[in-house]
Amino acid sequence: MSRFQTIDAYAPLDGQLALMPIRFERLSPERVIVANTVGDILVLTQVEFERLIALDLRPGDGLYERATERLLVAREGARAPLQLLALRLRSRMAFLRDATALHILVVTLRCEHSCPYCQVSRRNTGAERYDMSEETALLALEVAMSSPAKAIKLEFQGGEPLLNFPLIAFAVEAATRMAEVKGKAVEFVIATNLALLDDKILTFCQNHHIHLSTSLDGPADLHNRNRPRPGGNSHALAAAGIQRVQEFLGRDRIGALMTTTDASLDRVEEIIEEYVRLGLDGIFLRPLSPYGFAMKTRWYDGYDSDRWLTFYERGLRHILDLNHRGIRFPEFYASLLLQRILTDQPIGYVDLRSPAGIGIGALVYNYDGKVFASDEGRMLAEMGDQTFELGTLGKTDYASLVTSERLIDLVGGTLSQTSPECRSCAYEAHCGADPVYHHATQGDAVGIKPLSGFCSRQKGILRILIETLERGGRDAAVLRSWVSR
Amino acid sequence: MTPLALHGTGRATGFSEGSGRTLLRLRDPADTPSHAADAALIRSTDHAVMALLQGFDTFVAIGDSEPGSGANGRRVLLDNRFSHLTPGDILALDVPTNRVRVLWRSESNHNSFLVTERCDHFCLMCSQPPRNVDDGWIIDEIYECLPLIDPSTKSVGFTGGETLLAPDRFIPLLGAVGRLLPHAGVHVLTNGRAFSRAAVVRNWAALQHPDLWAGIPIYSAVDTIHDYVVQSRGAFDETVLGVLRMKDAGQRVEIRVVLHALTAPRLVETCTWLARNMPFVDHVALMGMEDTGFALANHAALWMDPLDYGPALTDGIAVLSEAGIRTSIYNLPLCVLPEGVRPWAVRSISDWKNDRPDVCSSCSAAGRCAGFFTTGKTKFSRGIQPIAEPVTFLGR
Repeated sequence: MSRFQTIDAYAPLDGQLALMPIRFERLSPERVIVANTVGDILVLTQVEFERLIALDLRPGDGLYERATERLLVAREGARAPLQLLALRLRSRMAFLRDATALHILVVTLRCEHSCPYCQVSRRNTGAERYDMSEETALLALEVAMSSPAKAIKLEFQGGEPLLNFPLIAFAVEAATRMAEVKGKAVEFVIATNLALLDDKILTFCQNHHIHLSTSLDGPADLHNRNRPRPGGNSHALAAAGIQRVQEFLGRDRIGALMTTTDASLDRVEEIIEEYVRLGLDGIFLRPLSPYGFAMKTRWYDGYDSDRWLTFYERGLRHILDLNHRGIRFPEFYASLLLQRILTDQPIGYVDLRSPAGIGIGALVYNYDGKVFASDEGRMLAEMGDQTFELGTLGKTDYASLVTSERLIDLVGGTLSQTSPECRSCAYEAHCGADPVYHHATQGDAVGIKPLSGFCSRQKGILRILIETLERGGRDAAVLRSWVSR
Repeated sequence: MTPLALHGTGRATGFSEGSGRTLLRLRDPADTPSHAADAALIRSTDHAVMALLQGFDTFVAIGDSEPGSGANGRRVLLDNRFSHLTPGDILALDVPTNRVRVLWRSESNHNSFLVTERCDHFCLMCSQPPRNVDDGWIIDEIYECLPLIDPSTKSVGFTGGETLLAPDRFIPLLGAVGRLLPHAGVHVLTNGRAFSRAAVVRNWAALQHPDLWAGIPIYSAVDTIHDYVVQSRGAFDETVLGVLRMKDAGQRVEIRVVLHALTAPRLVETCTWLARNMPFVDHVALMGMEDTGFALANHAALWMDPLDYGPALTDGIAVLSEAGIRTSIYNLPLCVLPEGVRPWAVRSISDWKNDRPDVCSSCSAAGRCAGFFTTGKTKFSRGIQPIAEPVTFLGR
C-alpha cells in the first residue's frame, strides 16, 4: 500500500463545487463567451457551456481545470478564489481614489471653423461675449485645485481656444502657482485645430510643458469637407501645425483625434495612412457623438453602429498589418480596452467607466462660469438641456458640486454593475456607464441597451478584440504589445 | 558525480566527559583563536605546531592520521572526504557518537540551515522526505551558530521540512539573523500556509528586514492538482491566502513552480493565472526537479523530459515577462532549454551538490550552466549535449 494518495482523494466532494459570479454572451449558436466579475474570459462550446452551468465537471476532464483557473468555479468554503476576485476588483476600481483628475476649461465658444458636425455649437469669431474672463478662470482653478486628485490635468477647450490665448496663458501661470502651494502635479492640454498656432504660442507651450491635441479627419479633401473654414485650408494648416509642434516641442507632445463621418466610411485605410505620413504615434478611430450641430445638420444620422463597426474592423485590420511591417502604431481605443482586458490596472478613462466619470472623474467649466459634469453635458446645455449642469462658479465649491443630489442620482443610478442588460453582460468589466449619451439619445440616463448605439459599438469592438486575442498568433501579439504595464 | 561530504563520522578525543553537541568554527592555524568554538584546521605537523603556538586548544585535522604535535586539548580527525573544509566553516560535533555535520561553508554562496525535518506536506517529489521527530533542538543550534558566522556574509537560506511549523520560535530566529548578519539576504523556503494566519504575517513584517524572502511553491492554478502534488487537502487555498496576506503586508514573495509530469502540462495556464492574479509577486522560479527522495519513489508518475515541456516554458516565460514579473529558470541545464529562454536560466544548484557529466567537457556554455544535481539518481534528458557555439545572451 502506497504512502501516497491518488488525485481522487483531493477532488471536490460531491456537491462541493459552486459557480462563481459569472456572465455570458453567445458569440454564435455554437460558441459562448463566459466571464467572471473581473473580466477573465473563457470561450466555450455550447456543450461545454451547458456542462459548466450544470457543474458537470471533474478533475482531469480539462474543463474543470480551465474553469477553475479562470475563477469561474470554486469549492464551497474556499476563500482564496473570492479573495483574488475581491482584490482584483479593488485594483480595477482604484481610480475612484483619485477623484476628479480632469478639469476642462472652455475658454471660448468662438471658432474660425464652421464644421457641420461641431458637437459644441461654436459661435462666430467676433462674438467675444463667449470668451471666459480671468475672474471666471480663477474661480474654476480654485475648484480644480480643491479636488482630491494629487495629479490633475487641465484641458483648454473651445470653440477654438487659441482665439482666447491670453486667458490660457493667464490660467496656466495661475494654475502653476496654485499647484505648487497645494502640492499637486498639474499637466496642461490645449485642444486646438492649430490654425492659429504661432511662434509665441509654441514658445509658451514649450516653457510650460503643454501638450497639444488636434483634429485630423484624414486626407485633405475629406478633412476639408468635414472641417470648413474661410480659405478652405483647414487640412494644410493642421498638417503644417502638427509638423511644427513635432519639430519644436517633440513628437510625443502632439496627438490627433479623428471623427468619422459618412464620407469617411469607405476610406479608413487612407485616413490611417495620413496619420502615419504625418508621423503621429497612433490613431483614435472615433464615431460622431449625438450633440450640437451634428444633430442639427443630421450628420449624426449618416451611419448606424453596424456600418461604423465595419469601418472600425477594416481600420484595425489595416493597423495590425502596419504593425506587422514593423511600424509601431496603436489604435488608441483598442489599447484602452486591451489594458482592461489584459490587466487589472485602474483605468479611469472618464468616458468609459462605472461609476461614470461625470463629476467624479471630470468637471467642465464653461466660458460663462457654469459648471458641468462632462464635456458632453455642456454640449447638451448649448442645445437647451441643463440636465448635467451642476452649479455656477462663485456660488459653489468642489464638495457641493460632486455631492450634489443631481450628480449622485446620475452616477448612482447608472452603474453598469447593476443596470438592466449591463449587469449580466459578459463585457461589463471592460465597459462603462455613459449617462450623457443615453440621456441624449433615449431621454433616460440608463437607457435600453439593446437600442443603444453605444452598447452595440462596445460589444462589437470588444468582441473583435477578444476573438483576435483568442485566435492567437501575430495579430494577438500586436494587440498585447499595445498594453503598457 | 557525488555531492560534497557534509556529514560523516570523525574521531574526537580530548572532549570532556558528558560533552554533547559542540560547535566548532574552523580557523587558519596562523590566526589567533577569539572564541571558545574556534578550532585550528590542520593538515600537517607544521600546521599543528603553528596552531599550538597561536594558543589554539581545539584542532580539526584532515587526513588518514592525525599530524603529531604532542598537543593536548580537543582534537577531531576527519577523513579526506572532508578535504574541502576551509577556515570559516562551522561544524557540529556530537561527541558521544562522533557524528560530524557541516553547518556552514564559508566558500559557498548557498549556505542554508535545515530548520526541522517535520512537515505538514508530503510532496510527491520531496527531495528531503519529512520525518515526524521532535527536533526543536535544531533552532537552538542555529542560534548558537549565528554568532560564529562571518558578519559580512551576503546570503543565508532556511529550509525544512516546513520552516514555519512553529512560527513563534522561527520568526524570532530570523530577527537574530538580521541583527548578527546585517548584510545577508535571507531566503526562507516555506509552503506559505502559516501566512494565512494574520498574526504570523504581522510578526514576520515586524522584523522590518530589508532583504527577507519567502519562497513559496504553487504547483498549479488548479486546487486539486496542487493539493495532490503536496498530498494535503486544502493546501492550495491556504497557500494562496498566505501569499496574498504577505503581499498585502508588503513582504517579498517568490513563487516556486517545480516542473514535472503533473505540473508541466499546464505550465502556460499556471503562468497565465499568476500573471493575472498575482502580478505583484517579486519573483517566479520555474524549477527542474531534483531526482532524489520521494521523486525517485514516484519517478514513473513524475518524470517528464524537460525537452517535452520546452515549448510551454517558452510561452510561460513570455506571459510572465509581459506581465512584468521577474522570472528565472532553476535547476535545468542550458542544452535542454529552448534557445529563446536560456537567458532566464540561473545557476541555481547549490555548489555542494552540483556537477556535470563527462559529456559536458566539450561544452562552451558550461560556465554559465546550472549543471546537474549530484544527489539521488539524476535522470538525464535526451537533450543533453555539448553546446558548440558560444551562447550569446541578448539582454533579457
